[in-house]
Amino acid sequence: MRDAFPRGQAAIVGAATYGVGTAPGLSTFDLAALASVKALSQVGLKPRDVDGLFCVVMDETLSGLNFAEYLGVRSRFNDNARTGGSSFQIQASVAALALAAGQCDVALIAYGSNQRSALGKLATSARSSPWETPYRPLRPISSYALAAARHMHQYGTTKEQLGEVAIAARKWAQLNPEAYSRDELTMEAYLGARMVADPFSVRDCCLVTDGAAAVVMTRADRARDLCERPAYLLDRKSVV
Amino acid sequence: MSAIQPEQQFEAFLAEGRFMLPRSLETGRCFWFPRVAEPGTGCTNLEWVEASGDGTVYSTTVIRQKPPTPDYNLALIDLAEGPRMMSRVEGIAPDQVRIGMKVRARVVQDGERHVVVFHPA
Repeated sequence: MRDAFPRGQAAIVGAATYGVGTAPGLSTFDLAALASVKALSQVGLKPRDVDGLFCVVMDETLSGLNFAEYLGVRSRFNDNARTGGSSFQIQASVAALALAAGQCDVALIAYGSNQRSALGKLATSARSSPWETPYRPLRPISSYALAAARHMHQYGTTKEQLGEVAIAARKWAQLNPEAYSRDELTMEAYLGARMVADPFSVRDCCLVTDGAAAVVMTRADRARDLCERPAYLLDRKSVV
Repeated sequence: MSAIQPEQQFEAFLAEGRFMLPRSLETGRCFWFPRVAEPGTGCTNLEWVEASGDGTVYSTTVIRQKPPTPDYNLALIDLAEGPRMMSRVEGIAPDQVRIGMKVRARVVQDGERHVVVFHPA
């Protein structure tokens, strides 16, 4: 069968963040709910208008179901798929499929994290692999470190080239008023940073921060009435 | 043959000092990690075979610790039988482990359990 993604048939009409950086005293659902209400209000909607809910947070196994209860959403399409940091892109593409098929009319994608305030350390998955845990991997950093070490060996990638990635990310952060670290990162400082899992130092690893975000999606016909510049989903591809 | 019990049987072999790999009786292929069906084919007709113990470092990292806790090695080892497994290389400083290094398996006691580690061959 031909790959027939419903190109341009669904769009993001509202998007909001909440508590980016530090947000003490709030649960992951509290944060996700504050971002959700903010995103919905941009287009004059309330939680009860949502009938497609997409939610994954680290500390709630059944996030999709429990967040529906929290928000007072009665969803006819509910998604709880965990694919790590790509969860939200995947959810946006599934939402587009569901919207185009008429299986929901208003989709809400919500996320919240309080890793910095509640834990101060990385939250990891619930069940650890019996085949790898005895070797004390530092997930997810050591997984990427092993891949990076192999990449350097196989393709000649250098530490300085990895540094350019971290420095470019910091330059983008300097343009973002919500970013947590905005001071300049030089190559010298990058190369002198404390090592975590070779070849990665603290400057290669993502920050441990709080924050929440939510987006609202509808079909294209309605999107034009709700906001001035809808962001249309044109296609999706993923490979595992 | 009835379904294997991957975790229990593997650990029981380790307690006897034996590093065993699951092998598909249909394809003759060994795989890692042990599981009830061969990945891809779904074949459940499996047997345990003793690993040769020969391997090559596919990738390596050093997990850095706050002194005085010592740093430790974490590595991916390509076994002579084909599969790739996570382990660590001992008997050498963790930052001296090199990709491509030939290594040999040993079963060692680690706290209450036994694990497969590797030493330079």
